[in-house]
Amino acid sequence: MAQAVPAGQKWWSGGKSPFNVEYGKLMMWYFLMSDSFTFGAFLISYGSIRFATNGWPNPNEVFKAFPFMGDTNLPLVFVSLMTFILIMSSVTMVLAVAAGHNNDRKKVTFYMILTVIGGLMFLGCQAWEWWHLHSEGAWWGQNPFLNADGSKASTNFTNFFFTITGFHGFHVFSGVVINAIMLIKNLRGDFAKRGHYLMIEKAGLYWHFVDLVWVFVFTCFYLL
Amino acid sequence: MSSIETTGHDNAHASFDTKPIWRTFWILLGITLVEITLATIHMKTDFPSKYVLNGIYLILTCAKAFYIIAEFMHLRHEIKNMIMTIAVPALIFVWFIVAFLWDGGSYNALRNRYDRHYAEQNQVKAQPAEEPAKKPGSPE
Repeated sequence: MAQAVPAGQKWWSGGKSPFNVEYGKLMMWYFLMSDSFTFGAFLISYGSIRFATNGWPNPNEVFKAFPFMGDTNLPLVFVSLMTFILIMSSVTMVLAVAAGHNNDRKKVTFYMILTVIGGLMFLGCQAWEWWHLHSEGAWWGQNPFLNADGSKASTNFTNFFFTITGFHGFHVFSGVVINAIMLIKNLRGDFAKRGHYLMIEKAGLYWHFVDLVWVFVFTCFYLL
Repeated sequence: MSSIETTGHDNAHASFDTKPIWRTFWILLGITLVEITLATIHMKTDFPSKYVLNGIYLILTCAKAFYIIAEFMHLRHEIKNMIMTIAVPALIFVWFIVAFLWDGGSYNALRNRYDRHYAEQNQVKAQPAEEPAKKPGSPE
């Protein structure tokens, strides 16, 4: 976290961390950077294939369903709900980190529970969306949707959609597992014994990264 | 490693106010709503042309990414040395993205120009979704 830094501080003279952060947190940052390159590579291949193709399905005609509403035409509504859920769980995560800074164990527990619930809700939404698309005949290697101009689309559209949202969903899943472990450790009082809640912060970085990737997935698949 | 202390660990609390968290939340929600509103307007009226709209989406997406990284992940409040080790590779990566998209677009343009079969295939309208598409040249 931000520390009050004395003026004229010599960072490289030894004796202290030159980046003024704890080792594990710095390594989490670098892990996330490498992970962002993995996601970036996926999105680059998606983007360059899309640029190298004449026609592409219109996302507003593909993603227009909403659970329990029957045969509806509500483009963007469901995915907005998913975005809202993920942003909200990101907020509860920062609130947990903030509570950890104040050594408030009860509040950390409360906000971590909310964060885990938010993650599970998002996974539920994604499972429904996948199931719905699959029931419409979309899957890896099968694309029932036509291009926006009415010509036949290749399977690139569904292949990239399922691969990239699947990879993101797997990150959400592992984030939920990590958050659940943090919650259990907090309930056991591990962090209170240690005297600091830095582990919550590191889990939080990962969780925000998942939200960050979703921002790009949302733009690339549902808006553009 | 644990013997290396980060300075001023005690006054770290002061910086973690919950007010900026909620402010960031409202900004993110607001930007998302603007994106959805623009998309809806475009669907109804075709008003902002798709190219303009995509540019707006990209700018708004980068704004959202900035707020998540700077505020939620707290990077804005780290010291400059560390911010640079994250920000510089990420910014160089942007060029990587641009280069690949450019390459994809160029490949498509070349194929449309020199591969007549490819260009014609893309003009063929598909059958209505219900009946399976007939193979070209199959008997009526």
